[in-house]
Parts: sequence; structure tokens; C-alpha cells
Amino acid sequence: MTSTLQRPPRMSARDVLRVGAVGLRTRPMRAFLSSLGIAIGIAAMAAVVGISSSSQADLDRTLSALGTNLLTATPGNTLTGEQAKLPVESEDMVGRIEAVQEVSALGHISEAKVYRTDKVPEEQTNGISAYATRLDVLSVTGGEIGRGSWLNKATDDYPATVLGSVAAERLGVREPGVHVLIGNTWFTVVGILDEVPLATELDTAALLGWPAAQTYLNWEPHPSTIYTRSADAHVHTVRDLLGATVNPEAPNEVEVSRPSDALAAKQAAGEVFTGLLLGLGAVALLVGGVGVANTMVISVLERRSEIGLRRSLGATRGQIRTQFLAESLLLAALGGAGGVLLGALVTAGYSAYQMWPIVVPAWALAGGLGSTLVIGAIAGLYPAIRASRLSPTEALATT
Amino acid sequence: MISLTNVKKVYAGGVTALNNVSLHIDPGELVGIVGPSGSGKSTMLNMLGTLDQPSSGSVRIDGHDVGGLSDTKLAALRATRIGFVFQHFHLAAGVAVVDNVADGLLYAGIRLGERRERAAKALERVGLGHRMNHRPHELSGGERQRVAIARAVTGNPSLLLADEPTGALDSTSGATVMRLLRELHEMGTTVVIITHDGDIAKSLDRQVHMRDGGITRDSTREHALIAEARR
Repeated sequence: MTSTLQRPPRMSARDVLRVGAVGLRTRPMRAFLSSLGIAIGIAAMAAVVGISSSSQADLDRTLSALGTNLLTATPGNTLTGEQAKLPVESEDMVGRIEAVQEVSALGHISEAKVYRTDKVPEEQTNGISAYATRLDVLSVTGGEIGRGSWLNKATDDYPATVLGSVAAERLGVREPGVHVLIGNTWFTVVGILDEVPLATELDTAALLGWPAAQTYLNWEPHPSTIYTRSADAHVHTVRDLLGATVNPEAPNEVEVSRPSDALAAKQAAGEVFTGLLLGLGAVALLVGGVGVANTMVISVLERRSEIGLRRSLGATRGQIRTQFLAESLLLAALGGAGGVLLGALVTAGYSAYQMWPIVVPAWALAGGLGSTLVIGAIAGLYPAIRASRLSPTEALATT
Repeated sequence: MISLTNVKKVYAGGVTALNNVSLHIDPGELVGIVGPSGSGKSTMLNMLGTLDQPSSGSVRIDGHDVGGLSDTKLAALRATRIGFVFQHFHLAAGVAVVDNVADGLLYAGIRLGERRERAAKALERVGLGHRMNHRPHELSGGERQRVAIARAVTGNPSLLLADEPTGALDSTSGATVMRLLRELHEMGTTVVIITHDGDIAKSLDRQVHMRDGGITRDSTREHALIAEARR
């Protein structure tokens, strides 16, 4: 009867999976809840990364549509701290810079306030400013008319106004055709703008033609914002020249900015917040991992007799270890898969709501799944080793 | 088949469960190990089943010195040569009967399809061919124990160890289970039954009586003596 003992072949991957799933099948609710912890952590992280990527994609799309070659010059402060003014001829001067392709300007009419009717108390200005505008401001700043029409050569010298999107909302103007009071004159609203991302001052503006402002509001024509577009390659050169060109006598009284940089900076500020949220997601993931470890420890305690039986059926210590490690990995992987799915759905939902392009980076999904596997392995290691060290007689004696 | 020489087992805490026990069981025997609780018969089962190692002395199972085997080799021995039947069946709840039985071959390195085929055959053998896809909780105690026997024998072990196999059963089911074990013995398997039930022990070819960690009586020897006296 004596024969040499042959070590049986290793368990197939399929058998390892089957055995690892035993605990999940017999206690599905517990498996679900402990994977849920992991899922929430992964979902949070995937959604944070997804939403921030989608918002970045949206910004890229906006910038590529609006261009990054817009520069604005506005008056700063004089050395004595007073509000500076741009010289009247500055617009023409800027137009003479060789690299500049387009120039336009707004002139702030500081004396004129904007009201819906003459019954509104004088101090309720709603933060709306009246500006005299050049006709090409819209094309230079990349703005679009939402309703009605833009000013033209006929309405340029006529009591007509175009409202920015916020200004129209605050005045309660939904359709063109109504009249608003600017200074002491009634102006007809001929158009309402959409939001202008690169020139947010237009959003709260009531825009009148340059000659109309002089005719009806006694405005002394002075540009307050000069917009320029230049070839992408020359933006830096123009930027350096702009201050001195606008006001050769006092270049330091001119503030030059690039609105697209401001947008990008806003995004970068958001990224700090994204990092924080990502950290919170990681904490949730860690808590989920502890949950899985806890479930596994309890599972090993409860299933001592199963472990004893398996040992009597010929399982080696290694095979018992593998079984519980596989179970922990399965729990974590289920949670990871669920979490990635959930995170992608949240990203898609939020981006669709914000009208952003939906971007779910593959590296985030792969990283999410990968990290759950690492967590599952760490969470399962100690319980698995404990299970494998259990003496078969002790395990069988518990019933 | 089994050879215990001067086996001593002292548990942590100083309890001596087996005290210098020597026992020899030949292949194909049907042996009952009888004794009250605390007599050391459970420890004996653990020794015979290689589930535990003796403090001193040697245990040889199927030609292998258990003391010198690694965990892997011991597991291989249990997977291929020894079948266990427990008092409380130890079936996996919620798992089909056929899969419970197929798990008896899981660690012998046989693939799933063949495990199921062999499990089905083993179930036919214990008369439960019609219960394949039932869950353990749908079966009576006697049927569950027959499932456990099917699991123990599906790998054709040369040694079958049964620990109080009828302990949790009524007498009718118990009788069926005993008949089954006897049939397996007749087909050549070495069967060792551990019991505290004197009636069951009496029905077996050989009875090893235990008390206080030692063997008090080995009835084959008595038979031999009687036979000698008659001559």
C-alpha cells in the first residue's frame, strides 16, 4: 500500500476564485456593505478627478474658442494714489503698434447711473455701469449677442443701449424693446448679451454708442478700457509695449492684463481644492479598507469549523491563506468596480448639468481599481495569516 | 495501514490525553475505538487523521511517518489517502449537495467538471442520486451524514475515519449510516469508527477500548485468546 506522496497540483485560478467567493455568497449583505465602504471612497476620488478634468476640458474649449491673445489696458493709480485716466489718443496709439491686429475700447460714464424706471431710488444702482462702446468691442472680446441685436452705425448716435447678461437680469429686462433710464435720458434696449468670459465687465454694463454718450449724457470721451488682439506669437511683445504706448508720460499708471490668464489662474486655484477633496476621498477609501479588514477578521472567527473541514479535506496552510486573501481582494475589487462606475456616473451627470465636455481620465479609473486591490491585499493579509495558522483540531472542535 | 508506537500527547497546560499508546491497524480492517468522553479517543482520531502531531512516539499512516512530513505533504496525505466523517457533518450551508461532495476533491488537484462527475457517482453510491441539487438544510440528518460520507469517499481514500458518525442521528438513520460504512469496508477501505456507543462498537470486527489516555482492551486479541483456549 505504501507509495510516495505526490503533492497535488496547484489550484486553478478558477478554483481560487470560487473558493474566495464562498464567503461573499453565503453572506451577501455583509459583502455588499463592506464593499460599499470601498466603493464610496473610490467613487469620491474618481468623481473629484473626473469633475476637475471635465472642468479643465471646458476651460480649454473656452480658451481655444475665445483665444488667449486678448490684452486689456485699464487705468491704474497715479503716484499720489488717485484714479488715473487714459489719454484720449491712447486708442489710436495702440493701433499703431505693428503687432496689434485689432483695437477696441470702452469708456466708463461714471456720472450716469442705470435704472429700470424713474421711480427707483437714486442709490439703487444695482452695480450696473454705463459705458460708451466702440462698435467692434463685441468681436474683439469674443462676446456674443443673446437677444436682439448689437449697436450699428444707425443706433450708434441714437438713445439705444445693449445690456450685459447680468445687467439685464438685475434690471428685470428679458426682451429687447423696453426702455431704461440712463442718467436722465430714456434709452431703448436693443439687445442683450450672453456672458462674456474674457471681459466680465461687459456682463454688468449698459452699453451705448460713443457719439450717443456724448450727445445725451454730456460725456467727455475718455477710454477706460482698451482691448487689443494680436498674433499669438507677439502677445508678449505687445504686452510689454502696451503700458508705454497707452500713456507714454506715465506708463506705470496703466494696468495691462491678459484675461485668459485670469481664467486659467481661477482654474489653478480650483485645483488646490481638488487636491483637498482627493485627500478626503483617500481617507474614505482607507476607512473602507479598515471595514474590509474588520469583515475579514470576523469572517475568519466565524468560519473556524469551515477552515478545519478544509484542512481535513487536504487544504494546505497556503491554500487557506489564499482563500481568505482572495475573498478580501474580491470584496475590494467589487467595491472598486462599483466605485469607479459610480464616480464616472457622477462625473457624467455633473458635467452634463454644467454643459461641460465629459472627461473621465483612464488613469484615474485604473488607479482607483489598482488602489482597491492593494487595499484588499493589505486588509486581507492579517486575517488570512490568522486563518492559516489555525490548528485543524482546534478549528473542528468549535462546533 | 496505521501504526502508532509509544504515542504520547500532552496538551499545553499539562493534560496528558494519550499515554504511551501503541496500536496497529491492518489495511482493510473495520475498527471501533470506544470509550467515554475524556478517554482520549478524540485525540486518537486527530493522531490517526494527521490533524495533530504527537508529543512523542511515532505515527505511521499508509507507510508515511507523520512526524517527518511538512504541512504540504500532510495536506497531500489527507487529500488523497484519508477521508473524514464528523458527528456534525460540516456541510457548507446554501451550497448544493453535489458541490459539497465535489469539495472533497478540491485539494486533490482535480478540475471542477470531473469533481462534479465523481461527486455525482459518490452520491449515487450512498443512495442520494436524486438529491444532487438540494441544499443541505433541505435534507434530514441521516441524509446529511450520507452526503458527508459521499464527500469523504469520493476521492477513494484508503482510510476512512468516522468521529461519532451516528451521534447526532436517530436510530434508523444511524443504522443506515452504519450499513453504508460497513459496505465501504467490504469494498476494501480501512474504516475506523470512534464512538462512545457500546452497541455500535460491538457490531464491529475489532474494538479498541480506551480509558484515561490508554488502551484498556483490544478485542481482537481476546478473540484470538479464546480461539487459542478452545483448541
